[in-house]
Amino acid sequence: MTMHDRSLSRRSVLKAGAGLVIGAYVAARTPAFAQNQPAPQQVNIAPNTFLIIKPDSTVTVLCKHIEMGQGPLTGMATLVAEELDADWAQMRAEHAPSNPVLYKNLLFGLQGTGGSSAIANSYDQMRKVGAAAREMLVAAAAESWDVPAGEITVESGIMRHRSGKQGRFGEFADKAMQMAVPSDPKLKDPSEFKLIGKEGAVKRLDSVEKSNGSAVFTLDINEPEMLTVLVARSPRFGGKVASFDASAARKVPGVVDVKQVPTGVAVYATGFWPAKQGRDKLKISWDDSAAETRSTADILGEFRELSTKAGRVVKAKGDFDAAAADGGQLVEAEFVFPYLAHAPMEPLNSFIHWQGETASARYGCQFPTPDHGVIAEVLGIGVDKIKLQTILAGGSFGRRAQQSAQVARELAEVAKAFGPGRPIKLVWTREDDMRGGFYRPFGLHRMRGVVKDGKIAAWSDTIVGQSIMKGSAFEAMMKDGLDPTLVEGSNELPYEIANFKCEAHQVEIGVPVLWWRSVGHTHTGYAVEAFVDQLLEAAGQDPVEGRLAMMDKHPRHAGVLRAVAEKADWKGAKLETGRARGVAVVESFNTFVAQIVEMSVGDSGPKVHKVWVAVDCGVAVNPDIIRAQMEGGVGFALGHILYAEQPIDAGRPVAGNFDTYRSLRIDEMPEIDVTIVQSTEKPTGVGEPGVPPLGPAVANAMARLGLGRPRQLPIVPGAAA
Amino acid sequence: MSRVRQAVLAGFAGVLVASLVAVAGPLLPGEADAASRAADSTQLRPVSDFAKIRDKQKRAIALFEEAGKVITSPRCMNCHPAGDRPTQTDAMRPHQPLVVRGEHGLGPPSGLACTTCHHQANFDPAGVPGNPKWALAPLEMAWQGKTLGQICVQIKDRTRNGDKDMAALVHHMAEDELVGWGWHPGEGRTPAPGTQKQFGALIKAWAEAGAACPKG
Amino acid sequence: MAAFTLSINGQAHAVDVDPDTPLLWAIRDGAGLTGTKYGCGVAQCGACTVHIDGQSTRSCSLPVSAVGDRKITTIEGLSSKEGRAVQAAWAAIDVPQCGYCQSGQVMSATALLEQNKAPTDRDVDLAMNGNICRCATYVRIRAAIHQAAKSLEG
Repeated sequence: MTMHDRSLSRRSVLKAGAGLVIGAYVAARTPAFAQNQPAPQQVNIAPNTFLIIKPDSTVTVLCKHIEMGQGPLTGMATLVAEELDADWAQMRAEHAPSNPVLYKNLLFGLQGTGGSSAIANSYDQMRKVGAAAREMLVAAAAESWDVPAGEITVESGIMRHRSGKQGRFGEFADKAMQMAVPSDPKLKDPSEFKLIGKEGAVKRLDSVEKSNGSAVFTLDINEPEMLTVLVARSPRFGGKVASFDASAARKVPGVVDVKQVPTGVAVYATGFWPAKQGRDKLKISWDDSAAETRSTADILGEFRELSTKAGRVVKAKGDFDAAAADGGQLVEAEFVFPYLAHAPMEPLNSFIHWQGETASARYGCQFPTPDHGVIAEVLGIGVDKIKLQTILAGGSFGRRAQQSAQVARELAEVAKAFGPGRPIKLVWTREDDMRGGFYRPFGLHRMRGVVKDGKIAAWSDTIVGQSIMKGSAFEAMMKDGLDPTLVEGSNELPYEIANFKCEAHQVEIGVPVLWWRSVGHTHTGYAVEAFVDQLLEAAGQDPVEGRLAMMDKHPRHAGVLRAVAEKADWKGAKLETGRARGVAVVESFNTFVAQIVEMSVGDSGPKVHKVWVAVDCGVAVNPDIIRAQMEGGVGFALGHILYAEQPIDAGRPVAGNFDTYRSLRIDEMPEIDVTIVQSTEKPTGVGEPGVPPLGPAVANAMARLGLGRPRQLPIVPGAAA
Repeated sequence: MSRVRQAVLAGFAGVLVASLVAVAGPLLPGEADAASRAADSTQLRPVSDFAKIRDKQKRAIALFEEAGKVITSPRCMNCHPAGDRPTQTDAMRPHQPLVVRGEHGLGPPSGLACTTCHHQANFDPAGVPGNPKWALAPLEMAWQGKTLGQICVQIKDRTRNGDKDMAALVHHMAEDELVGWGWHPGEGRTPAPGTQKQFGALIKAWAEAGAACPKG
Repeated sequence: MAAFTLSINGQAHAVDVDPDTPLLWAIRDGAGLTGTKYGCGVAQCGACTVHIDGQSTRSCSLPVSAVGDRKITTIEGLSSKEGRAVQAAWAAIDVPQCGYCQSGQVMSATALLEQNKAPTDRDVDLAMNGNICRCATYVRIRAAIHQAAKSLEG
């Protein structure tokens, strides 16, 4: 245990009806965040469990991470099943309810999913849950059969003794509940793994329900008397309702009520369409006195000017200015990054049933702990009176990881404005989501480098951008007022460069921003990897060899770079006329990914034909899910790098739907070849790290096509024009 | 790339506008109201405006150039692509999603048929236009990338106009309901200039004046 | 408001809605079948794809008043051999990530295979182009369609 001391307590094993329920490896010490939270015994909503074995021998893992596509339901179940020696067919998984003590993310100290942390923080914890359950089941069987526990074997969910006795978990679950909980259950040596890291051993637990329409997302919640609510929000960021006239809206059949809420005007109706029609008929006058009124071009102008001035020094080594004055070739580049919407397929929906003294909420909730607190605060009832259940989310890419619990707050405000009694589903249209702010921040990198004697002698990166954490619950993670997500990936390079400088201007703009799949690396990865490639080109070096030559101290970066170069036959491949390749390597969330793209640019625009990916994420728990995340990360990155931007026009976001915010489509998806580098390091995440290298690899390929590295993204602008 | 393509299309539109302006100058009768009508891109000049042009051929050309404001409007051009893929919006960008004409301009047999999204009528709540005859013009009727003169010649050519004689052509322009959609394209789309009736009258007058085509 | 009787998955569903209500919301809120998803409302994403008389159709761009007595099939009622083959391939290849778009993907893929027994990659591109997957599961969608086609051979 490296992060926290954990121990099992007898109290953590509870009997919940028939069957065995294994409790959490609860932290012995109360973590900092939990001090403000109710102690577990006050939370009457959560079974203290990670694991339920039913009489039918199904094993259900309660997953503390939200399933929004990256596979944690399957991942957690894999870890438990491995140590339990369960058969994969008997495994199930469900979302754990909100409980900050039992289900906190061990990396955050609160319950939440993000930073590609699900497997990373649960690897030991979930294996221990499985191993403990196995020992208890074996003890129960040993007692029943009157044989020594040490003589019982467990394989594929069957317990056996050489006497011929055998049984399944369900038969012993009740009895196992009476057994002492092992304080330090023995974990398998990785050489004994049957599921972890094994190709084909595990299928996703949610594929069938997601292929036949039965998977339930928040939009699918339907309860008797339920109202569907749409909120009309300010077209400009920071605008407030000055006055409104709802008389026409109220006349729409199906509209039940209209109320002002802090974020705008809420229309309550018997279904989506009447709510939409009612909202369309609202007449609202907006007070823009505190609103953002700048346009993207204004912001770019300001950023550009700032970038020529010295910023606060984030990191410096050697002396850039001296090196620049010392001869050699000075190379400069400016990279501009647009605001980007996450645009998950399911917009931000949420559900609550407030009954006065109690409330029950459920939705695709990515940060249950802060959401739970905010709902309690708004409704004025205790956290212990509110049940909050995470369910499947139709994608997120960061959108639901709300640093300020804004959706939960609006949901509670909408419920409060109407009053207790009826269940309420707050629905966002695509346009609401797309124009709802909380974008990947707009940003600019001004790069300067010096090439001397065929080597990169000096490097300077001046970053201008917005803080994601400032003013949020995450502000405590900022150091001396600097948001680490502004500079992550730019402040530490894997390259040995004698004279190095990274400066930042952290700017305040009234366009709300948020983490977006791979966060700071979405722009730092591009700036660093496109620029190092440009400098190596100036130095006359090969992009792969040149990088490797500066990577002595970063063997895992070098490992994936070598692996991808070998797989793609970087040195030897003969390309079709008109095609070129580009390479990039980026570490994010402690996972290392290198990519090589092969592309061409024709009449219909840039076309990426193939992408080779090499990933080192430590122990590869579910290889096929890792591949899926690399594929998805590449596709997600490619669509945005090519086409996506959210322009701001006098404080108003322009793009409202997929017609103006262009998404990658199937004909644009490249062939993808994923190599998982074998590793015995602790497992790290894969949800985000597939994204950052793709953009710069494309840029570097474009340079090799003679088109230069795109200085402003997206590469093909104009969808929102 | 699409911006290259857009630039090409924009350049093409620019050529058209320039030629219209160039020819409109000397032919204008000089009346203020006619000039203002001409300047208003949403309007068509009536056939009577052209009566003063004595030269029949010049009159025909002027009439066709006026009708050309409709022909070259994005509402018409978008579905007369030179390739397999229609364009959309006033910017005439490639249709999203990727759709192709298929055998009868209705989409490929097992691919995305037009009717997957486009139905009998415009549906403004979804911003999707519709018409009972919604389809791409056949490839031989492609207009994109051509000058107005080339389009004019093509329109008269029975091997490239669906074997229509002049009467059928005039009827098509003046009465066809899919052509008529261009003036009723639904919310958020700029209609073709004038009215279908005016457009039909211009085409009819052009035919009667000998159906001469602009040069180039 | 007006009363409509929709034939969905072989059953008659009475819905009382505004005539301009997109079929999507009549299916979801009226008939209570939630497998068909809302993703954009403007026929850009394909999450709302259903079959109408066997034809792949975006239910967000068709008003309920224009449906008439045509037969609607939603993901819940998908029962053709092609539909089953597609769903089996989807699960076998673990296509879905977040899964929200996949009802629409499955409906489009099924319509493709019902009309084309052996689609090429280009056929797949053209038939599936209207279905956006923000998780970008496209590589697996393609593979699963080919696998489903193969499983239907003979």
